[in-house]
Amino acid sequence: MNPAARVGALALIAALGAFAARAQIAQTDRKSGSAFMSAQTQEMQRDDGANPAMLAALDGEALWKAKTGDAAKSCADCHGEAQTSMKGVAARYPAYNEASAAPIDLQGRINLCRQDQQKATPLAPESRDLLALSAFIGLQSRGMATAPPDDPRLTPFRERGRALWSQRMGQLNFSCAQCHDDNWGKHLGSAPIPQAHANAYPIYRLEWQGMGSLQRRLRNCMSGVRAQAFPYGAQEFVELELHLAERARGMAVETPGVRP
Amino acid sequence: MARALVNVPAKVKRGDVVEIKVLISHPMETGFRPTPDGKFYPRDILKSFACTYDGEHVFSAELFPAVSANPFFSFTVVATQTGVLTFSWTDDKDQTQVQTAKIEVE
Repeated sequence: MNPAARVGALALIAALGAFAARAQIAQTDRKSGSAFMSAQTQEMQRDDGANPAMLAALDGEALWKAKTGDAAKSCADCHGEAQTSMKGVAARYPAYNEASAAPIDLQGRINLCRQDQQKATPLAPESRDLLALSAFIGLQSRGMATAPPDDPRLTPFRERGRALWSQRMGQLNFSCAQCHDDNWGKHLGSAPIPQAHANAYPIYRLEWQGMGSLQRRLRNCMSGVRAQAFPYGAQEFVELELHLAERARGMAVETPGVRP
Repeated sequence: MARALVNVPAKVKRGDVVEIKVLISHPMETGFRPTPDGKFYPRDILKSFACTYDGEHVFSAELFPAVSANPFFSFTVVATQTGVLTFSWTDDKDQTQVQTAKIEVE
């Protein structure tokens, strides 16, 4: 390689390095999705009397105390008062599950408990009851910092999630990172592109006129780029959730959130 | 029956203008949304909402299919006396649900 070509190659490497650096959002630039909403929607989330997601959380509180399944046990029979026992739980999920040797998210955890402890049928994804329970459990972590566990067994799964995050997909051939790392703050049509921090799920989305989980939102984005969405409960989603939790480490939990 | 969040300040001064907020859990199905087999989900909305303050009618509203799911009402009353606010709402099947809240005037 002649000296001029070597300088050119170095410049190219430096340029690629700068691109990579831009791709990740700096800690000080991180903003919750609520920062991109209108003042009215922010107020709706802030005011518990106006936040429609609180209706789901109240339903969840009733379910927490209701005995169900062949074991005729309620969540409260084992876990006691959710206000103390569930504090910080939603902030650290997804977590590693020994039995399946894989990570599970909070909704997966709820369904495992239903099957193993309550001897009840698992709740269907996006069912009213599952969203209500996860909203109620999530509410107990509101205001706490997102704190994904430092479990080395999660690392390979989180790495796969990170790879999926920058994997181009769909007919439009976009990756998550291209919108949410590289172009946040700009607009898609009239809608601002947020940074995609998953710190308020499950959310009440005004467009949906109802509650929805993070997986519903991810499927929404996937069909947006004309990709075949993973099915609910897919391992890929849990891996993406792990990466998102790491990305939002330290950010305050807003569950149950409102989004436009 | 539907869950509702009623927000009334517990203690107020006489003559104060008080904001009352009510959030009712309801799907407000318009009747225009198609099912997978091409029919329509039957209409199921709240038709009316009313509030009385110690028996006196202070607020009412008619609702239509364009109102969002989980309708939210916010209105003000002048706190004249300690009493009971009664909220009632009626759905398409003419079933009425009633919820009350106490307001204490100093």
